Amino acid sequence: MNPSVDALRATFSTAIGRAAVARDGETLVCVRAEQLREVMQWLRDAPGERYDYLVDVTAVEYRDRERPLEVIYFLRSLERRVDLRVKVELDPRGELAVDSVVPLWPGAEWLEREVYDMFGITFRGHPDLRRILMWETYAEGYPLRKDFPLRGRFSRAEQVRQALAANPEAHYSLEELSIAEAYDELPRDMKERLERGERGKLPHSE
Amino acid sequence: MSKRTVELDLATPGIDAQGRPTRVPVGLAEPDLAGEHMLINLGPQHPATHGVLRLVVELDGETVVRVIPHIGYLHSGFEKLGEYRHYNQIIPLTDRTDYLAPMANNVGVALAAEVLMGIEITPRCKVLRLIACEMSRIISHLVWLGTTSIDLGAFTPFLWAFQQRERIYNLQEMWTGARLTTSLTRVGGLMADIPDGFAAGLREFTQTFPKTLDEIDRVLTRNAVWAGRTQGVGVISAADAVSHSLSGPMLRASGVPYDLRKDKPYLDYETYDFDVPVGEHGDVYDRYLVRLEECRQSNRILAQALERLPDGPINVADPRVILPPKSRAMSDMEAMIYHFKQVMEGVKAPVGEAYVGIENPKGELGNYFVSDGTAKPVRWRIRPPAFINLSVLPKLAQGHLLSDLIAINASVDIVMGEVDR
Repeated sequence: MNPSVDALRATFSTAIGRAAVARDGETLVCVRAEQLREVMQWLRDAPGERYDYLVDVTAVEYRDRERPLEVIYFLRSLERRVDLRVKVELDPRGELAVDSVVPLWPGAEWLEREVYDMFGITFRGHPDLRRILMWETYAEGYPLRKDFPLRGRFSRAEQVRQALAANPEAHYSLEELSIAEAYDELPRDMKERLERGERGKLPHSE
Repeated sequence: MSKRTVELDLATPGIDAQGRPTRVPVGLAEPDLAGEHMLINLGPQHPATHGVLRLVVELDGETVVRVIPHIGYLHSGFEKLGEYRHYNQIIPLTDRTDYLAPMANNVGVALAAEVLMGIEITPRCKVLRLIACEMSRIISHLVWLGTTSIDLGAFTPFLWAFQQRERIYNLQEMWTGARLTTSLTRVGGLMADIPDGFAAGLREFTQTFPKTLDEIDRVLTRNAVWAGRTQGVGVISAADAVSHSLSGPMLRASGVPYDLRKDKPYLDYETYDFDVPVGEHGDVYDRYLVRLEECRQSNRILAQALERLPDGPINVADPRVILPPKSRAMSDMEAMIYHFKQVMEGVKAPVGEAYVGIENPKGELGNYFVSDGTAKPVRWRIRPPAFINLSVLPKLAQGHLLSDLIAINASVDIVMGEVDR
């Protein structure tokens, strides 16, 4: 097992949950969601640890609905050539939210957006938490959740209807329209639709 | 045409329509353009975005102020589909992620499933899979080289690169029967052994391919236009490359010597003699040099692999994992039962999880399986190198010209099948 686990226990004691060796030989360790940011900061900066590279961020929901959702961070120390897997368990009945690690590893930005998009887990402090693979007005929920049917929630006919009814301008976010200074020239009905807020808010309207 | 009319045609300031000098009002000489930013929509149907990538670009004159990428146009929900499929049924999905290197993806997912199940593959299978990976690296880099040179206005290297790529595609077709949807691997082995004439064909390729690389090298590396368009463009420092989780040539071009084939070896890469090229400046030019050299090194590895290719079976001798030959399944009761159980129930994986990263042409391709003991994974996660490398594009392009954005986007080497999955 990776010695970082003992160091973590010595430093954070109760924040560190179970640890195990996965079938690929890497160590995984559970961390309480409340202390995630501190633990991650320590793992990145402590002299003996130096996990400077974030390989991946993803989440798992088990088929057993009683089991908590897991957010998984794959860490790597490039200088020591060591990997560590950090897990945060989230109660599916509670609020699905953890602190963002984008301030520590900027590379987490799109990875956390993808987890949000696919699982509906919110990352507190993320600079730009929007859907990434699905479009911004996507209304069927979070595709990788186990209660999401394989073919989607809407019928094929409804999906086609929505796709054909979409306004081409709606492919721009309000922020982008504000760059073009095109917002004022839009037709009234589109302005109203955009203002209704499905596509976020204008940065200067607040 | 008199000198005066020429000046009029060019709308010379200070001369009116009759050719008389006029007084230009102070302060109106040049309209104030500084505050006017333009929004350009690039893609999703644009040849220079290398797929269905859409970039919304904020421009100040010709300078890129901000890039907002929009992805997901090719999202197919592969990870969700994988949760409804046996491990072997997942392999065809991986053909379609990074479709410029399908065989390497097949290898990656098979390795992850085998680590999860604790299967040790045969020596011949290891070497053949390594050959598949390195063939994929060469074709992927050749597509990159060809399309990038077209983006920057050099047409000839494109033709040379695609000519060579065609030779590998022919070999790939010979081996797997498909040029793109190869589905080469199976859990515990391969779909097929290499056919007669394959080794000879690949050996001939490894002997003649370096000549084309030299030609491309000669045409591009010291070409003033090429260097001018790529040097100092899209620079990312080593520290930023690490903190942004870049991998593959993108990371190494910034001077970080990390290559999974050396640092976390799989398929016995540590026993092959090859070098890992590392850049210095982290610009488009260094990424080009790194990829060009990687083609050479892959060629070296292929030659060594052909030399050592051992005889023996390609599949593990485990009837629970590998299908019995069809002839036996039709005549032998036991073989028929194994055949039935594998087709109907699939190969069961023990409870647990496994992540295996391999050095794909684009970077670290990770396959992460979580199993609850059934034949279908609870979660199949692809760590997509192109997706993570692309996420740094807004940072790279900031402050460059619009034409440089094309060069930078090309240098990231994205493939939208993998970005969107």
